[in-house]
Amino acid sequence: MAFKAIDYYNIDELLGDSELLIRDTVRSLMEDKYQPAIAKHFNDGTCPLEIAKDLGELNAFGVNLEGYGCAGSSDTAYGLINQELERVDSALRSFSSVQTSLSMYPIHRWGSGEQKERYLPGMAKGEIIGCFGLTEPDHGSDPSGMKTTAQKTDSGYIINGSKMWITNGTIADIAVVWAKLDGEIRGFLVEKGTDGYTAPEIKNKFSLRASVTSELSFLDCEIPKENILPDAVGLKAPLSCLTQARYGIAWGVIGAAMACFDEALQYAQERIQFGKPIAAFQLQQEKFAYMATEITKMQLLCLRLGQLKDAGKATHTQVSMAKRNNVAEALKIAGMARGILGAAGIVDEYSAMRHACNLESVYTYEGTHDIHTLILGHDITGFKAYR
Amino acid sequence: MKIVCLVKEVPDSEAKITVENGKIKETGVKFIVNPYDEYGIEEALKIKEAGGEHQVFILTFGTERAKKVMESAMALGADEGFLVADGSAPDCDSHTTAKVLAAALNKIGFDMIFCGKQAIDDDSSQVGVRVAEMLSLGHASVVNKFELTDGKVKVERQIQGGQEVIEMPVPCVITCQKGLNDPRYPSLKNIMAVKKKPRTVFTLDDIGLSADDVGVNGSFVEVTKFEPPLEKAPGRVIEGEPEDTAKELIRSLREEAKVI
Repeated sequence: MAFKAIDYYNIDELLGDSELLIRDTVRSLMEDKYQPAIAKHFNDGTCPLEIAKDLGELNAFGVNLEGYGCAGSSDTAYGLINQELERVDSALRSFSSVQTSLSMYPIHRWGSGEQKERYLPGMAKGEIIGCFGLTEPDHGSDPSGMKTTAQKTDSGYIINGSKMWITNGTIADIAVVWAKLDGEIRGFLVEKGTDGYTAPEIKNKFSLRASVTSELSFLDCEIPKENILPDAVGLKAPLSCLTQARYGIAWGVIGAAMACFDEALQYAQERIQFGKPIAAFQLQQEKFAYMATEITKMQLLCLRLGQLKDAGKATHTQVSMAKRNNVAEALKIAGMARGILGAAGIVDEYSAMRHACNLESVYTYEGTHDIHTLILGHDITGFKAYR
Repeated sequence: MKIVCLVKEVPDSEAKITVENGKIKETGVKFIVNPYDEYGIEEALKIKEAGGEHQVFILTFGTERAKKVMESAMALGADEGFLVADGSAPDCDSHTTAKVLAAALNKIGFDMIFCGKQAIDDDSSQVGVRVAEMLSLGHASVVNKFELTDGKVKVERQIQGGQEVIEMPVPCVITCQKGLNDPRYPSLKNIMAVKKKPRTVFTLDDIGLSADDVGVNGSFVEVTKFEPPLEKAPGRVIEGEPEDTAKELIRSLREEAKVI
């Protein structure tokens, strides 16, 4: 049966015509081409790399940025794109998040005019793939303790250190790398093939199997002096990129939750036990009432957050609230849906278990659930509890 | 060249259609660009992209609501959109619809006209050809291959036992069949650009027609009633031993279903 998108509070009525058209366009592409192929990619541990070309042709990369071949859409439209990508798989949304929010955004915001001209148009078309190196093997939630360094030379910078859990690292043409220069965090652009830079893929994941996850290693890696992001200084710079990506995640996981809800509902309405559909039993109905309510709350949180962001008023703590709530609820809903599907839910004909596995990563990356709790705790009470 | 693509607003093929008091209930139904019209738009865009001075126009006849569908069609990459908006549109038969479109075409001008071979809602398959006749243009319907060279159109259409090849000068009307091309997705940049492109809404008066020309007044055909298809009775499972169930099956097919 065709996917039916839950919209219990008629939220579509609050979206603009172009936002709806953008969402439906991405939905069509996803249903036509990616939904049928995703389970095999997940099983084989391969990334559908044609996503770069397909989303590039749609102008979906950097969609909410202005100029340089970007579409200049609303942030709400960017959120809706993420929702449709993640309805198929978190790996596809991760690909887009990294390209748009973590690679194009820092270049667009802090890059020199020359850097913007050089990279952004190709990145918008999906011809240049980016990645973002902040997390290190020993510094995840505590990025300020990073050990990667940059040393100034006559002609540029020498970078040493390593970065971990980097989406798209192995396939990236350009890495936005954060390193300490004289003790201060700065952003650098490292091109694939630079001597001393390698990006091996991390294998054997249970989660995000259709996404490339890598380690970045820098051993006396020398880059030219024009490859420093001139205006990105201090931890605030990478954190503001994370705010963009977290915003996209808050929207994206709605898609995963909607997919799980829809397939569980269709199954429960048709699966007969004790002479009637299992959807007719109260224990299942409680789950559907819970899932529908939580999805509606997730949608409303994001809709308002999108409005605030479009007006330039969204705060990073508001983004934390949406990321924290929506990922945790999506993960819960994926688990519930898997339960409703019974034994059928453990095979790849259904997507709930794949979504649940993926969402375990989403729960951890871009600020763990716990860190977002502490960010909110700090903002609400005025006391910092993470240190 | 001014290439005009005729576009109809139709219910989404996945929409659940319900009938109330002999009329189709439209609340909750999503409306889309008639899928066959998309082949025409794609062909027009291909001509434009191949080079030369070409403009691609979208022309729609419908109620005010059809503006959204006109804009969706424009988002595929068209330069300009035109909607003849009139509340009588749902009551117009193929003849009247063609009359309205022909009048609008005369108003905006054209060098080439594309449309779908049929609309997926009423399946009348007449409008494109009627437009051509009213404008005294050549036409080819149900086309699955199209070429334009030196102001001459060469098209192919599937006929029983083979392909028919037709050549004719422009302007002409082509109605498009599945397989003609692979319609693109609208790019997000084009979606964003629609609101900045010229979009014109005509009244009947603007194109030289009046209320007497359209709707029930101007139509030869009147739809008196819609009825949903009869609901299928649920299947029956015959249980028991194979010998008995086989006998019962034969008896049911002979006496109840009367098919053997």
